[in-house]
Amino acid sequence: MNLALLAHEWLVIGLGLALLLADLWLPGTARKKLGCTAAAGLGVILVYSFVAFKLPPGGVGYAFNDVYVLDGLALFFKRFFLAAAIIVLIMSVEFSDRLGGGITEYYSLVLFALAGMLFASSANDFSLLFVSLELITVTFYILTSFQRGRLASLEAGVKYLVIGALSTGFTVFGIAMVSGISGTLNFGQLSAVAAQYSSNPLFQFGLVLILTGLGFKIAAFPFQIWAPDVYQGAPTPTTAFLAVGSKAAGFVLLLRVLFYAVPPVTAHWRDLLIVISGLTILYGNLCAIPQRNLKRLLAYSSIAHAGYLLLGIAALSLNGQAAILYYLSGYLFAVLGAFTVICLVMRQVESEDLSALAGLHQRSPLLAFTLTLAMVSLAGIPPLAGFFGKFLLLRSILEAAPAHPGYYCLAVTALVGVVISLYYYFGVIRAIYWPGEASDLTPIKPSLPLRFSLYACIAGMIGIGLFPAPIVHAAQTAAKFLKP
Amino acid sequence: MSLLTYILGVPLLAALVLALVPRNFAVIMQAVAFLATLISAVLAVFLFAGFQTGAPGFQYEQQVPWVTALGITYHVGVDGINVGLILMGAIVAFAATCVSWEIKDRQKEFYILLLLMTGGILGAFASLDLFLFYFFHELALVATFIMIGVWGRGQDKNYAAFQITLYLSVGALLALLGLIALYVSSGANTFDLPKLMDQVRDHPIPQSAQRIMFPLLLFGFGILVSLWPFHTWAPLGYGSAPSATAMLHAGVLKKFGLYGLIRIALPLMPEAARQWMPVLAWLCLGNLVYCGWVAMRQKDLNWLAGYASVAHMGFVFLGIASLNLIGVTGAVLVMIAHGFLAALTFGLNGYLYQQTGTLQMDQLGGLLRRLPFIGALIMMAAFAGCGLPGFANFAGEVTVLFGAWQTSKLITVLACWGALIIGAVYMLRMVRTVLHGPLPEKWAKVADAPHLWRKLPFLLLLACLLVFGFGPRLLADKIAPSVRQSVLAPYLTTSGSASRAPAPPLPPPGERLALNSPLTVTR
Repeated sequence: MNLALLAHEWLVIGLGLALLLADLWLPGTARKKLGCTAAAGLGVILVYSFVAFKLPPGGVGYAFNDVYVLDGLALFFKRFFLAAAIIVLIMSVEFSDRLGGGITEYYSLVLFALAGMLFASSANDFSLLFVSLELITVTFYILTSFQRGRLASLEAGVKYLVIGALSTGFTVFGIAMVSGISGTLNFGQLSAVAAQYSSNPLFQFGLVLILTGLGFKIAAFPFQIWAPDVYQGAPTPTTAFLAVGSKAAGFVLLLRVLFYAVPPVTAHWRDLLIVISGLTILYGNLCAIPQRNLKRLLAYSSIAHAGYLLLGIAALSLNGQAAILYYLSGYLFAVLGAFTVICLVMRQVESEDLSALAGLHQRSPLLAFTLTLAMVSLAGIPPLAGFFGKFLLLRSILEAAPAHPGYYCLAVTALVGVVISLYYYFGVIRAIYWPGEASDLTPIKPSLPLRFSLYACIAGMIGIGLFPAPIVHAAQTAAKFLKP
Repeated sequence: MSLLTYILGVPLLAALVLALVPRNFAVIMQAVAFLATLISAVLAVFLFAGFQTGAPGFQYEQQVPWVTALGITYHVGVDGINVGLILMGAIVAFAATCVSWEIKDRQKEFYILLLLMTGGILGAFASLDLFLFYFFHELALVATFIMIGVWGRGQDKNYAAFQITLYLSVGALLALLGLIALYVSSGANTFDLPKLMDQVRDHPIPQSAQRIMFPLLLFGFGILVSLWPFHTWAPLGYGSAPSATAMLHAGVLKKFGLYGLIRIALPLMPEAARQWMPVLAWLCLGNLVYCGWVAMRQKDLNWLAGYASVAHMGFVFLGIASLNLIGVTGAVLVMIAHGFLAALTFGLNGYLYQQTGTLQMDQLGGLLRRLPFIGALIMMAAFAGCGLPGFANFAGEVTVLFGAWQTSKLITVLACWGALIIGAVYMLRMVRTVLHGPLPEKWAKVADAPHLWRKLPFLLLLACLLVFGFGPRLLADKIAPSVRQSVLAPYLTTSGSASRAPAPPLPPPGERLALNSPLTVTR
């Protein structure tokens, strides 16, 4: 076994433990800064991952009896999660005075959740899938209810706990059935025998239950019910990490299970995937229309984006899977940019109402610009990353269309969803710029690390949108590893 | 680098420069925007003058790989069809910058958006790559939405901004779906238009795919051009937009959909086009007759201009629907002529609004006494709008009618009525109400355009209308060979739907005659 394969995970867990230890000796006033240290540490790991970290010879390495796999796909997602966690940590430093005590625990819990995501991206076995999923979910129970004094936060934590426990139950039950019938937990071995069980009803039922559990993670219809309340109630950095990290972890596991472990079964599920994707898009977008609370609006929009991402899964093609990876990269910067702005602007306002954005362009042009770009990118308008992502997803759907007319309906549904989403995204932009009565015009000065993450988000949205070639290439290379 | 890259790059670069200028230097912003659009317009004139009439293929081409995995390139070039449109777009953009002195607040953002819109428009018309084509168009469209929302006028501007955003996005997305479907079904794995045309010439797109894609493109592009019954966004949007935005959108950006139909839908999907063109011919009567009729009842000057511009789009659709050389050449002529005319009309209306604070026709009157220069121009624009000989519109419209006569005589007769009678009624009535009659007391202080700087944009647009009105050959000689070569080629070499035969039979003599004769007419 090669321990060096797990370098990312070791480093992140080590960083989390070091943070907890540092908390023992540091004075209270210095603890807040630990978040920046952690973010810098992750930055170093990210740089290391790009500069010095090499895939094992052959492009694929296994560890722990093939439970853990390191391939291009895993590496793509590891870098994705690291980038997300850096911005989330910087956001939590800004948020720290609203969290009350135990801020270091918050930072290290973010790191442990990150470790869970890193493991999830490498899961090659249902046991690691389950453990990493639990590591993510259990840390998020705490992260969600971290504002102990705030009722909404506690309520969100309880809701997430109940629904999370339920989904875990589904997953475990499903895993038990699948392994009971096929006699293996390993994805590689499963892919060899999946064809012979593909019409076995119990085997299929087990897989449906596993999908249900993952459906909760990505907030796909009909398992989306928790998302709005939890997104709204949780502390803003937690919400951001849920929207990006947790969702992406769900998608990498979905990709592995559907396209690496049991592709013969997935091929039967084309209709199911088309319907789920279409309904998720419509549900998220339609419910977002009347929302006035910005975090709740983004929760519904994140449901809609889960639907768009499912387009790539429903396409059942390499191009569809690569499109998911590209789309997630653009989504990362847009969502984190938006939540960073919310985190700064909604400091005084408990309600997080859209009207709190009035006059933002006078208070801080940078924040107004970032939020506008984020909305435009999420809406999928060129030249930003969101447009090219939707373009790739639509292309993968239309490529598959000759095989099944349902894809045309799905493409039209996606377009309807995009048009609806324009309405509410532009509503946010209007709240920023349109002349209205702003109650508070005090300028907002973001701190240096926050400015850094805002600029990074802007650069990400524009850069990936204008020069999509490198990410498209990386996504295609990574998606190729799904073929057994 | 191609001259085209400079023409569309200068405004975009200037937008970037403006983003770095501090916001209290309003004069610098105006100067930068003025210079950038001026340079781009002058270069467009050189492009137009240097264009080799009748030469096959594209000129001033440039191709740079962008996303190689998907076959997307930065590919620009002109042939006879878009060289005139680019000239028109660049001149209108310059005029629109000149009339933007009326904008007083948030000038920085305004000029950045105006330059982005200009670059987007010129880029859309210059690009020979389907992805780039759509990309530039959306860039210009987003700028339009924001400009209407922030700098628009009247109480309805929020509603107007939302409506135009949703309506045009539906159109753009339908067209995008069609374009992606086209890319996928062509099997060439490229968005490059010349390559796609070569590919489709050898392996035509299957009929079943054409049947799905053509309506997507027709109605997607149709919504963008306010094809009846999808036109309701136009009057409302133009009624609320600031002058520069209305000029650029009604004048240039709206032609994107028509250009897309001519450039992409007709040559790549000939079978489906043949089936759909009779439908389009009837729909365009909705534009010409119905919207003209509605225009007669308008009380607001900008709404009138909005409906008139919707009505004029009917001519272009009619020309496209005729599917012959005269008709399509005329359609491109009308696109260019109407671009100048719409820009002139909305610019003049903007001047009136600036002076009087209203565009309600029942409150205006007798203004020719106070505004001899502007009033005279309003009158001339109205005459151009009725299709008076001497203005470029006449040349285009009469060519379209000649072309349409070969296809459907009934529709041509109805269109003539819509165009000549109804158009004349609303235009002349507008002239009478606004310019003649007693001058109300409250307009005693209304001032005419004081100096050349204010008169320049209007004079320039009028001069273009007259130049191309007296010398339509300047355009027609460039347009016709390109239309024959790159739009109507599949219709000239194949007959009916038997295009899948390896060696297409010669067209029947009658059809050949009908399609070949026009060149002699336009000369």
